[in-house]
Amino acid sequence: MSQTTTTPPSAPAEASNRVTLGWSNRLLARPEVGALVAAIVIFIFFLVVAPAFRSPASFFTVLYQSSTIGIVAVAVGMLMIGGEFDLSAGVIVTTAGLVNAMFCYQLGINLIVGAVLSLVFSLLIGFLNGYLVVRTGIPSFLITLGTFFVLQGANLGVTKLVTGSVSTPNINQMAGYGTLDAIFASSFKIGSVTVEITVIWWFLFVALSAFILQRTRIGNWIYAVGGNADSARAVGVPVKAVKIGLFMTVSFLGWFIGMHTLYKFDTLQAGNGIGNEFLYIIAAVVGGTLLTGGFGNAIGVAIGAFIFGMTSLCIVYAGWDPNWFRAFLGVMLLLAVMVNLYVKRLSTARKVG
Amino acid sequence: MTPTRTRRSLTVVAGLATAAALALAACSGGGAPATSSTGGGGGGGAGDNSGYTFAMVTHETPGDTFWDKIKAGAQQAAKNNGITLKYSNDPDPAKQATLIQNAVDSKVDGIATTLATPDALAGAVKSANDAGIPVVAFNSGIDQYQKVGAKMYFGSDETLAGTTAGKRIAAAGGKKALCVIQASGSVALEARCAGVKAGLPATENIQVNGADDPSVVSALQAKLAQDSSIDYIVTLGAPIALDALKAMDAASSKAKLVTFDLNVDAAQAIKDKKIEFSIDQQPYVQGYLAIQALYLNKKNGNDIGGGKAVLTGPSFVDSSNIDQILPFAKNNTR
Repeated sequence: MSQTTTTPPSAPAEASNRVTLGWSNRLLARPEVGALVAAIVIFIFFLVVAPAFRSPASFFTVLYQSSTIGIVAVAVGMLMIGGEFDLSAGVIVTTAGLVNAMFCYQLGINLIVGAVLSLVFSLLIGFLNGYLVVRTGIPSFLITLGTFFVLQGANLGVTKLVTGSVSTPNINQMAGYGTLDAIFASSFKIGSVTVEITVIWWFLFVALSAFILQRTRIGNWIYAVGGNADSARAVGVPVKAVKIGLFMTVSFLGWFIGMHTLYKFDTLQAGNGIGNEFLYIIAAVVGGTLLTGGFGNAIGVAIGAFIFGMTSLCIVYAGWDPNWFRAFLGVMLLLAVMVNLYVKRLSTARKVG
Repeated sequence: MTPTRTRRSLTVVAGLATAAALALAACSGGGAPATSSTGGGGGGGAGDNSGYTFAMVTHETPGDTFWDKIKAGAQQAAKNNGITLKYSNDPDPAKQATLIQNAVDSKVDGIATTLATPDALAGAVKSANDAGIPVVAFNSGIDQYQKVGAKMYFGSDETLAGTTAGKRIAAAGGKKALCVIQASGSVALEARCAGVKAGLPATENIQVNGADDPSVVSALQAKLAQDSSIDYIVTLGAPIALDALKAMDAASSKAKLVTFDLNVDAAQAIKDKKIEFSIDQQPYVQGYLAIQALYLNKKNGNDIGGGKAVLTGPSFVDSSNIDQILPFAKNNTR
């Protein structure tokens, strides 16, 4: 912390009256730096108070927990930069898994076919979300709230109709299980440490998202659409296509975690996933994404997911009274957001050189 | 302009959902690799054609397999006796009270309700009694059902079930147990863990989010890493038990697993000796008896239980009786 409060290095052009930013200011102006500082503070704090956290195995458990939130949060963050919300992101995870499991189980079809079908179905839901938003102009908060309820009801209703129960049958004896399990839900050992494959996927998706946002034209479009859709349209950005694409990205990564959950646990409860949509949004916001759109980046969102995953598990590592779990979680998240804000204040206090 | 558009979009959503539902429903015609029959096995004979209408009101949170069994039992009893069963549920106490009131208003012949929040439901039960509609309680509310005004009670004594489990763990040489609560603020779940603690004083609780399997696994993994003296894990629902198995595997824990309730996979895990035993409160029996008792009360003036609660549990399922019970679990009746 102390190093961030040091005065910026002397600006080179003393005579000029242009506003110049020192390297530290330029660094601090990046959305993820505040989150990073917060993450480091919380990390050190828990290293001190939670002895059980001081092992590589624990660290990778935290990474796994973070990755299951973080993968969907990558897309949710991009969508929020593009100025929209998706409240259906939590239940779409369950929907994707249910479609795959029930379709294949009932018809005795290879699971890979079901996974592809489920992907198409999820993308369709994403498309529908996006299409309704750009077509009607109704805030995405309301449109996706509708999808959220429809999917939540359909998850239960259809599962009950098809299986007679509210959970899917066990699929681990079916054709294609091995391949999909290896892709979505396997783990490997490095020394004594178990690394879940979702952690690797998470890093890949974050890198890809960071590349798209920072280095490609589509990335520029996303920031432009989220910053001011009208002026973006005026300069020729395909606003509608960008927004629909972003909703489809969310449903794609939702599908991905849906596959992970299905192949890791072999059965799915139809009521699961509700409430997770907020975790994704929390990860994005803690990571420096603006709720109003146009600002944020992939690394920040990843750090946000990491802060959430770390805090929720480290309360357990620290052995604090479980009845207070949510209260501790709330305090830690507030702390993270405040550190983030403080760092950002420092960075936006520009010095005229 | 805008309103019509909105309506059209919503119609599109609804239409798509219906289409999806139909498409998926159609699949079931193809026949699954293993047949899973809905509803109860049971006698299913023609029985009486009484023509009664009974309402069943519960605090079910949608999407829990446990309640499927209660409903399956209730439906079987209704079918056996020619009863029309109206099922409704809401986890919110005030809304559950409204549902009971709805049943009173629609002049049903009897009401079976859970009493997870007895004080909140007392008013609605009283209004049923005032209207001359018999009320029986099941699943929860063993301590207060008489005070609230329910005639009979069918269910398990959660504290007793927990204590019995705790004692059994202690007898098997368990030193320290971890009791996993999957929904915060539930009286029944807290009572189970309190019971386990009464039977085995070195018991610690942990709160997890039961609606998110990966987070349950990592939280349990974290707890096992934090406290290596834990040698027994007690889960309060069958799906959570399966998450616990993943966590124990990942943490290379030597702890043993005990669970409340059953489902197919948990029953299989007991058979495979991955779960030591299950404390079953026999939800199918709760649903069945509640409706059957209302029927007998209405038809024949019977009072079951002799003024005391009728216990449906704890019933232990372990390697000694799992072979008999596994088929029933597959049938969704146990």
